[in-house]
Amino acid sequence: MSVVKKFMFVNRKAPYGTIYALEALELVLITAAFDQDVSLAFLDDGVYQLKKGQQTRGIETRNFSPAYRALEDHDIKKLYVEKEALEARGLTEEDLLVGVTVLGSREMGVLMDQQDVVLSF
Amino acid sequence: MLHIINKSPLGNCSLDSCLHIAESGDILLIEDAVYAATKGNAVEGKVRAAMSRLKIHVLLPDLEARGLADRIIEGVSTADYGGFVDLVAANKNCQSWL
Amino acid sequence: MPSIEVNGENYETDEEGYLVNLAAWNTDVANRIAQLENIRMTDQHWEVINFLREYYEEYRIAPAVRVLIKAIGKRLGPEKGNSEYLYELFPYGPGKQACKVAGLPKPTGCI
Repeated sequence: MSVVKKFMFVNRKAPYGTIYALEALELVLITAAFDQDVSLAFLDDGVYQLKKGQQTRGIETRNFSPAYRALEDHDIKKLYVEKEALEARGLTEEDLLVGVTVLGSREMGVLMDQQDVVLSF
Repeated sequence: MLHIINKSPLGNCSLDSCLHIAESGDILLIEDAVYAATKGNAVEGKVRAAMSRLKIHVLLPDLEARGLADRIIEGVSTADYGGFVDLVAANKNCQSWL
Repeated sequence: MPSIEVNGENYETDEEGYLVNLAAWNTDVANRIAQLENIRMTDQHWEVINFLREYYEEYRIAPAVRVLIKAIGKRLGPEKGNSEYLYELFPYGPGKQACKVAGLPKPTGCI
């Protein structure tokens, strides 16, 4: 039995403008195959990745937002969103396309401290 | 003059710098900058204040992609790709704030 | 780019045989891909293919094999929701091979 490590993926970028959000999502799905303890944190503009109602036809780009709803099937159930980041963007939990735990910055920092590996996107 | 911004207002200071410097003319928000045109964003006040001297436009396909076409700040006008071209053509010069 | 021919039309694939244009998929194309993979399509195969197409429609990704097995079990019963059954239908892997026949991209996390 291999050792289970605590992995946290920190998402801080909006989708589509840069490739970070998609790259992180793909890596998360790959990591899911290795039975690790995976958390996703959405800070700053990263919270925009989870906005409901994304329609990418006009920019001829793949809409990858439905895949966040498949994370649960892939046993990735720990999604944390920074409260202050939502507020600064006029968003609430109801604007998000998937169920998340909303944490204040302080609690987010504590959670980050507890990880074995933190990957930042 | 047309100012084109493509970075999120909360992740980069392009919009701040532009608003600080631009005296008059048009601003077009594209790509991740479209978030600046949405209600409730922390920069909403700054954008509204700038609207007395600058005309603010937002590229609609980019806003739709991000799921935010239903909360544009009143007074910001939307443009499609054709409108983008029209804005460039209508201004004697333009700057992309990279 | 490699391609396969079905009913006189060419369909582009990547070097591993996955369809490039997902929208171009139809059952004839699926049968042709299956033939190239030495699979004789049966109703049991189609159950899995249809499930994968529906999953992709909903989430825009192909499920990981583990997820596929669990979901098939839920949908079609425990006698089908196990790797023995699915590997019998798709010997080179229910993820890789079934996704190819279903006209989907290779599942993420499939090495």
